[in-house]
Amino acid sequence: MKNIMALLSGAVFGIGLSVSGMVDPKKVIGFLDIAGSQTPWDAALVFVMGGAVVIGLAATHLIRMRQNPVCDSQFHMPTNKLVDKKLLSGAALFGIGWGVAGICPGPALVNIVQLNSQIFAFIASMLIGQFLVTKIVK
Amino acid sequence: MDTFLWPLVGGILIGLSAAMLLLFNGRVAGISGILFNCHKAFVGEGWRAFFIVGLIVGGVLIKFISPEFFSFDINLSFPRAIIAGLLVGVGTKLGSGCTSGHGVCGLARLSKRSFIATITFMLTGAITVFIMGQLGATI
Repeated sequence: MKNIMALLSGAVFGIGLSVSGMVDPKKVIGFLDIAGSQTPWDAALVFVMGGAVVIGLAATHLIRMRQNPVCDSQFHMPTNKLVDKKLLSGAALFGIGWGVAGICPGPALVNIVQLNSQIFAFIASMLIGQFLVTKIVK
Repeated sequence: MDTFLWPLVGGILIGLSAAMLLLFNGRVAGISGILFNCHKAFVGEGWRAFFIVGLIVGGVLIKFISPEFFSFDINLSFPRAIIAGLLVGVGTKLGSGCTSGHGVCGLARLSKRSFIATITFMLTGAITVFIMGQLGATI
C-alpha cells in the first residue's frame, strides 16, 4: 500500500510539473530573470509555487491533526531546526546551479521522457555532486 | 489565460501530491532527497523508488496524452548541463533540499529553515541569471 501511494503521489507530482510548464528550462529562467535582462519577466512559477503551497498549508495542517499517517506508524518529518552555514551555502549553491541551466531535480527527472542527452548528463552530475558531499562533509 | 491557468493547475497538483505522500506515508515530498536515498529501496524503503518511477511515469503520460506540454527545446550545452548538475547536487545535499522539499513542503510546514533556504536559492538563482544574461549566455 505504501509503495502504491508513493507511485501515485509521484505520478501526480510529475503530471503537475509537466502541465505547469516548469519542465521547460526557459520558463524557469524567465521567472528568475527578475530584471528582464534576457526576456520579459515570466510570473508562471509564482502560480506554480503559490498553488502548491496553499494546498500544502491546508493539507499539512489537517493531516498533522492525525496521530499517524494512514500507512505508517509515525510521521517522518525533518527535525533539524538550525539555520547554519551548511544550509545557507547549500541553498546558495543550489540556486546558482538552478540559474545556470533552469533545471532543478523534479523537472530533470520528468524530462527523462525527452530522451535528451544533456538532461541525462545533468542528472548524472547531480548524483555525483550529492555523493561527493557525503564523502567530504561530515 | 494560459500564462497562469496551467501553472496554477500544475501547482495545485504538486500540492496534492505532497499532501498524499504525507497523509499515507508520513513523508516529505523532497525530490532531491528521495532520489539520492533511492538505494534505501533495498532496505525496506521501497516507496522511494516507487515515487521516482511515478514521477517519470507522470511525465510519460502527459507527453503521450498532450505532447504540446513538451514541445519546447532543451538547448543546453554539455558543459553547462554538467556544471549546473554538480552545483545542484552539491547544493541540495549540503542544504538538505531543493524547490520541492524546501520551496513547497517546507513552506507548507512553515519551517523557518525552508523559508530561509527558499529565499536564498531564489536570490542566487536570480543573480546567476542576471550575470549570465549580461554575458550573453541565454538558453
